[in-house]
This record gives sequence, C-alpha cells and structure tokens, in this order.
Amino acid sequence: MSAVKTERPTVDPELLAERRMLLKGNHAVSYGVMRCRPEVIAMYPITPQTPIVEKIADLQLSGELDAEIMTAESEHSAMSACITASLTGVRVFTATASQGLFLMHEMLHYASGARVPIVMACVNRTLGSPWGFWPDQTDTLAQRDTGWIQIYTESGQESLDTIIMAYKVAEQCLLPAIVAHEAFYVSHALEPVTVPSQENVDAYLPPFNPIHRLDTGLKESWGNVINQEMFYRHRKDMDASMMTVPGLLQAADEEYAARFGRGYGGVLEKYRCEDADIAIVGFGAMCGTAREAVDKMRAAGEKVGLVKIRLYRPFPIGAVQEAVAGIPRLVVMERNYSPGAGGFLHQELKAALYGMADPPLVHGYLAGVGGVNVSDDRMVELTHKALAEQPVPESIWV
Amino acid sequence: MAETKKNYQIPEEDIFLSGHAACPGCGEALAVRYVVNTMGEDTIAVVPPSCIAIISGPQPYSSMKIPVYQTTLEASAASAAGIKRALIRQGKGDTNVLALAGDGGTYDIGFQALSGAAERNEDIVYVCLDNEGYMNTGAQKSGASPHLVYTAFTPGGKPTTKKNIPEIMASHGIPYVATATTGFPDDLARKVAKARDMKGGLRFIVVLTPCLAGWGVKDNEGVKVSRLAVDTGLWPLYEVENGVKYTINRGPQGIPVSEYLKTQGRYKHLTPEMIEQIQRETDEAWELLQARASCVAEVAGAAR
Repeated sequence: MSAVKTERPTVDPELLAERRMLLKGNHAVSYGVMRCRPEVIAMYPITPQTPIVEKIADLQLSGELDAEIMTAESEHSAMSACITASLTGVRVFTATASQGLFLMHEMLHYASGARVPIVMACVNRTLGSPWGFWPDQTDTLAQRDTGWIQIYTESGQESLDTIIMAYKVAEQCLLPAIVAHEAFYVSHALEPVTVPSQENVDAYLPPFNPIHRLDTGLKESWGNVINQEMFYRHRKDMDASMMTVPGLLQAADEEYAARFGRGYGGVLEKYRCEDADIAIVGFGAMCGTAREAVDKMRAAGEKVGLVKIRLYRPFPIGAVQEAVAGIPRLVVMERNYSPGAGGFLHQELKAALYGMADPPLVHGYLAGVGGVNVSDDRMVELTHKALAEQPVPESIWV
Repeated sequence: MAETKKNYQIPEEDIFLSGHAACPGCGEALAVRYVVNTMGEDTIAVVPPSCIAIISGPQPYSSMKIPVYQTTLEASAASAAGIKRALIRQGKGDTNVLALAGDGGTYDIGFQALSGAAERNEDIVYVCLDNEGYMNTGAQKSGASPHLVYTAFTPGGKPTTKKNIPEIMASHGIPYVATATTGFPDDLARKVAKARDMKGGLRFIVVLTPCLAGWGVKDNEGVKVSRLAVDTGLWPLYEVENGVKYTINRGPQGIPVSEYLKTQGRYKHLTPEMIEQIQRETDEAWELLQARASCVAEVAGAAR
C-alpha cells in the first residue's frame, strides 16, 4: 500500500535505455511488463510462473517499476482485484499457471464480460490429477471459451515483445489477453533478450484511459442484473470486438516490427512453406524444434514447412485458410489433450478449413502431451508417418 | 453501559433512494440506507450476489447515487481492494471503497478473500449485512445461522452454532471491528461514520438485519426483533479497535431469549429444553465477551 511505500530510489537512466540481457523466459516477461507501466499488479505464487512476479517485486524494490502490488491470498482474489482495478481505469497485470488458472476460471468469464483489458502471462503446466510440473498447454487452451484473447509464444524474447503488443491490442478492443509460454522449455530457459527502451515502448503504447470506469464523478455502475435482450446484445457486442482482434494483432505486430526491429508475423508465421508437400502446424515452444526439423528435411530435399499459430483465440480462420491454401497435407503436433476430443489445435484447424475449396488433409498427433520431449528427429519421423498414411478424424496417440 | 438515545437526528446524505426492490419492512434496506447515506457521495460500493444486489436495482436502474460494482459471491473483499489500489494510483485515495456483502458472502464463501484483505489491511470499509442465512435463495443455512434454527437446509434445526465473526475479524488485528443492528440506527450510523473517518486499513462492521420472510417475522416487527436481539444478549453491540481495545455499547437488559425467539417462525419448533439451552449459551457468550474485553484491556495495559 502506498501508505507504507518507502521513498523510491532514482532510476539510473541507463536502465531506461534499450538493454541486452541474459534472461530466463519468465524474467523476460517481467521486463516486458515493467516497460508497459502497469499501475496495479496482483500476484500469487505457482510453479512455474512464480519467477515472473518475484522479479516484478524485485523491480519494484529497486525502483525500476512503480505499481501497487497486491499479494493476494489466491489466484481467484488476484483476478478479482485485477478486474476492478482495470474497471477503475488503470493498467493491470497478473500471471498464473495450471491449477491457479483454473481457480481463476469463474473470474476469467467475469473479466471479459466487464470488458477489462487485463494482460495475464500464463506458463503452461500439466493439470492435476495426478500432479506434474511439465509443459502442457491444456490449462490455457481449456480457457478458450472465457472471452480472453490467447497468444502463444516460443521464446522469452517473443514473450516479452508479445506482452507489449497484447496491451496494445487488448486496450483497443477492451478484451483481456493471455500470453502463454510453456513450463521450463521457455519459462526457465536462459537466452539473450533485448529489453526495449522505455521511451520507445511509451511511444508504442499510449496510456490506458477508458471513458467508462468506476468513478464517483461519473457514477457509472457495472454488473447489475440485466434482461435477456440486454444479455444478447452484450454478447453480440463482445463477439464484434473479438472479431477485430486478428486485424489488431496483425497491425500491432507490424508496427512493433517497424519500431523495434522484431516481428512475429502477427497472428501466425509461415516458415519455409514454399511448394511444401506437407506442413507441420503447432504453437508454442514446439515450433522452435519444428524449425530444426523442417531445416533437416529441406536439406534432405523434402518439401516440408511449418505453420506456427500465435493467435488461438479468436482463431484467425481467414489467415489460416490463406496460409495453408495449396499445401496438400498438414500435420498437427500437440502438447495438449482434451479427453473425448483430442488435440485442441487439431479440432480447431479442421473446423477452420470448413468450406475451403480443395482443403488440405489434416493429421492430428498427440505427440507432446505431458511435456514428453518431441525432438527434431521425432518430428521428422512423425512427418514421414503422416506422408505415408491417410488421416483420420480423431487425434492419434503416437 | 451506553444507552442509545431515544430522540436522535442521524445526519444523512441522500444516496440510497426510494423505489428500490426490497420487500416491505426489510431490515437490510434499512441498514443499507444508514450505511451508504453515512458513507456519502465520495464512495464506490462493491456488492456480491445477495439481497443487496437485488435492492441495488436491475440495469439500467440503480437505487444508489454512487457507482456500484456487482462482483461474484466470494470476491467482495478482493474486488474492493482492487478498486482502492487503482484509486491510490489515480491520486484519489481519499475516495471510500465500501463492500456490502451478506452473511453467506462473508462468513462462508467470501471469508478467504476477506481474511486475505484483512491480513493485507486493505483500506476498505467492509459491511456484512447478516440475516443469518442465504435468504435471497430461500433461507438456507449459512455459517451465520444460529444454533437450532430452522433453515431450508436444516429443517430439523441447525446442529452447530453461529460463527463468531466479530472475534474472528478482531483477531486479524485490523483497525476496527463493530457489531450493529437496524433497531439501533444511531449506533449503526455512528459506527459507519467512525469506520469511514478512520481511513487506512480494513474496517469491518457486521450488522444484524432481520429478514422478515426468511425469519418468519411480522411485516411491522423487524425493528422490534432487532432490538430484542440486543436486549436479550444474543447480539451485543460492541467495538474492537486494533484487535485489543474493546468498547461494549449495549449488552443484555435482563430480558430472556424466549422473548426474542417467540417473535420468529424459524424458532417455532423449539422445545422448552432447547430454549433453555439457547439461554445458557447466550449467557455464557456474554460472560466470555466481557471477560475477553477486560482481559485484553489488562494485557494491553500491562504491555504499556
């Protein structure tokens, strides 16, 4: 609380400049958040997310970051406080993983209904039971119907940059956003990361200043009981905003690339898909490995590419159709699993291709569920398997 | 022991308006009036699902001339804290943030968030409107329902006792805890004003608010029942500052609990033995409160 806040140390101007640092994926997120100047940050520990908010607490102590930090007694309260702080009109941040995200679930729906542009980092981890700490995207994917934008990243640098983009997109469409990267493979892996200058981020991301907010001068309320007609209109309005997200993210990514020299293709990225006979489709950290696999197969004269999906909610149907048009076969390699339905991306991709003239065949392989290692050689093997068999509607355990 | 005044004027701002959706004679509406009209215009309220949410009014109407945020049942304290933290950042830290929750949302499902907010000493005023059960959903049992009472979930009488929420909250060491009830509106308004003006830290007031429909009380007897709750010793009026400084405002006035119990349909199944048991428990609780108050005062004095 501000009442007990000690005097802030002066920040060394060098710390505000662009910096090249060796950072874990989670700490890259913390630095990205710092540059976005959130006013309220709610935190609760859960492996493997904790280093994100621990670093934020350190940055607050050193004076590099200046925010109200609320050490909540649960993720549910953390999200509850983020919603109202955002509704009161300030930029907010929180982070979670796995069980913590599931404890928040009720409030995730509440947040999108309240149209608050919270940005939350999620570190993908297996769900109990039984217990595990392994990379698996089922936690965030299972929140697909909560009204949150979902963006998946494959490296610490991409996570840092995407946090900044996510605020830009979320605050334009007034919907909350999750930026997800996987446990350990990304969260705890050290890599050289560029932290952009404060000045440059300030120029990219304008202050958050919503016209509707909880304010004793405005006297506007939120959450009162509404009738059926009003509920229908509310959800229709949310849908219209959701549908603007692919365009907003595309534009945010392009502007980011122009300003910072790093872009990620917006909603998705195509890698070496020219004349491809088959493309691997995936998201998150597996895409890093898939690039290696594609390079190996290309070197051996095989026409293989990669389609990396960044935006999962809303699913960018138009961009996906355009990206895969002319590729005869797609093989989805999943690190997630929905019992009774298979891989999330496999389901989504098949639905996205509906109505396409001459759509690709789609193979769905449950390759990395529970965080099992899917090496580049394993991906080559699975690509060959797909080329040799006819696809089935279900996702296959391989 | 302080006698509450017979003729009094309660200063009120015109915040809670007529035309709200409460039942005729509703104790909770009366409490809301004195709470929000005392808190004043520079207040943002947080309301979870409860009768208060209904009384607040359906969109686009509002019975209160202040912003009201309706949250989920377990999240009142956390939601209020989020608003306060944002206001501090906006340089509007003087604006009051008021949580107005029912007993289910306080004693039961909202307790974790409340305890967390108390531990962090969030700068909010939290008022629990205690009608001793889930009255909005048809009078089911909550942790605030008294021993042996009939509720829809305990048709044979509740086998366990009511949680002692003022003591639980006082144990957090927060700046202010008080009990109040609608039959003593001057006492209620004074406590709300005191909590409002303290500024800083979590201030908690639990207000006993008779629910006429849920308790089986006549339309014109809500205030009488509320006063009897105090005067029989079932609901002593007191304050605790910083977990140690007790002030007992009004305790039992020599009226047996049977006088209170017989006014309510929810107690009509009680046998003479059960009434005797409630009398015994009430006497013991009153002794314990007085002992605790003097003991804590002694220890606090010795520490000085």
